[in-house]
Amino acid sequence: MTMLADLAVLSPDATTAPFWDACRRRELRLQRCADCGAFRQPPSPGCPHCGSARSDWPLLSGRGAVFSYTIVHHAAVPPLAAEVPYNIVVVELDDAPGARLISNVLDVDPADVAVGMRVAVAWDEARPDVVLPRFRRAEDG
Amino acid sequence: MKDGACIVGVGTTRYGKRGELFDENPVAQVREALDAALAEAGLSRRDVDGFATYSVEKLDPSVLAPALGIPAVNYSSMVHGGGGGGTCGAVANAAAAVIAGQADVVMVYKFITQPPHARFGAAYGSAQVAADPLSDFHRPFGLISPAQFFSLLFRRHMHRYGTTPLHLAEVAVSTRRNAMRNPKALKRDPLTVEQHQAARMIADPFRLFDCCQETDGGAVILVTSAERARDLKQKPVHIMAGAMGGDSLWGQGLTSQNQPEDLYVSAGHAHMAKRLYAQAGITPDDVDVALLYDHFTGMVILQLEDYGFCKRGEGGDFVASGAIRWPDGRLPVNTHGGNLSEIYLLGLTHVIEAVRQLRGESTSQVEDAEIALVTAGPSNLPSSSMLLRR
Repeated sequence: MTMLADLAVLSPDATTAPFWDACRRRELRLQRCADCGAFRQPPSPGCPHCGSARSDWPLLSGRGAVFSYTIVHHAAVPPLAAEVPYNIVVVELDDAPGARLISNVLDVDPADVAVGMRVAVAWDEARPDVVLPRFRRAEDG
Repeated sequence: MKDGACIVGVGTTRYGKRGELFDENPVAQVREALDAALAEAGLSRRDVDGFATYSVEKLDPSVLAPALGIPAVNYSSMVHGGGGGGTCGAVANAAAAVIAGQADVVMVYKFITQPPHARFGAAYGSAQVAADPLSDFHRPFGLISPAQFFSLLFRRHMHRYGTTPLHLAEVAVSTRRNAMRNPKALKRDPLTVEQHQAARMIADPFRLFDCCQETDGGAVILVTSAERARDLKQKPVHIMAGAMGGDSLWGQGLTSQNQPEDLYVSAGHAHMAKRLYAQAGITPDDVDVALLYDHFTGMVILQLEDYGFCKRGEGGDFVASGAIRWPDGRLPVNTHGGNLSEIYLLGLTHVIEAVRQLRGESTSQVEDAEIALVTAGPSNLPSSSMLLRR
């Protein structure tokens, strides 16, 4: 599964850039409230739990489990016709409780994707300037 | 809010498949639906002085008022958000406006015609949406359509509670049976569980008949004060309660997929349900018929739980028991055929069907229906819902 490079044209702003900058360094970092410690995703200027504007971006292990998934069979836009069927997963990360990433699991049979499946981040240079956090099935799965 | 305002007339354009009405003049379409609603109420266009809409409606009073011969505009509002989340919120805004004395007769309206390149099913696939820092977190992974957003929520519900695709089939089949009794419905062919299960997969677990149609058409709903409604032609339908919003942690739940798990396995309506019942002073047992926004079959099941017709996790068993079937179910649902099988006008037809039920005019009439629940589309915040009574 390559997923179209057109879909990977990003438009980061000051709030989301730290995530994508880290991805280019092959580091998975999510935004965490510097006051109450809650992770949040996608990034935002305020903590939805305590309202604080202070945050940091800890480095994560990149390991987690599939929280939910779908297998897409119908191409919502014509260019995706060559990609179907493809999986979309929502990943809960081991060391960022309360935050989830939307992604794909690479090199997996659709029939094998399941809730609870262990995954680890697999960096995908979708475009010359864009590195996406996709996942692979993890050995501890 | 309670009972201070009434729906006194409803009207629609003719119904078309997606693209069928695209070349028609949009103002002429509004006129067609408005005149039908006014005729029901015994009002004229000169009586209308307010506008309420939702879902980024492009037709606004600057164009509509002069073209419709409405002498002056005293109120205008639009609910935030795309999709069908604002349907009931727009009706509640109209009710609030007439109760507050800002306007006398408010027309709630929504019109959809779609060119082939702009369909809802590809909402996040277009180049314009690429210029959005938030869609960067879902679009590159191929998560770009409503069927996909909701399939993820429903999959987790299946995992947590054992809900199955056969429960989805029951919603699709029950709804189709209602549409078959409604001459205006666009989809009136018989549908069996076997046909549902054999249909092509869209976004697992949602198959073709789990996803609503995309269609062309429009509707107008007239709202005025309870006092004025007493003198009009129709039996008034009272707006008992209206809610618009949701839990803030739902937020952009469809596109972010980051709401806490107890919210994730819901339709995001539980907060509004509590407010509605409290405002109206009733319980779920008092509801005679429910018009639940059915962009996807699975979201009907989750809304049944949100509104307390069964416990969280029991929505599958609830529909499997026959509870939503007309005429013998404990709570007939979408007696017009819903978005799935009647027409998809972003939810205004659910309001219209509630009105028909409470006047005793439905093609799948619930005997002695007194109170109807209407919900707008589960969506990113805000969504909306309301209770109507005869």
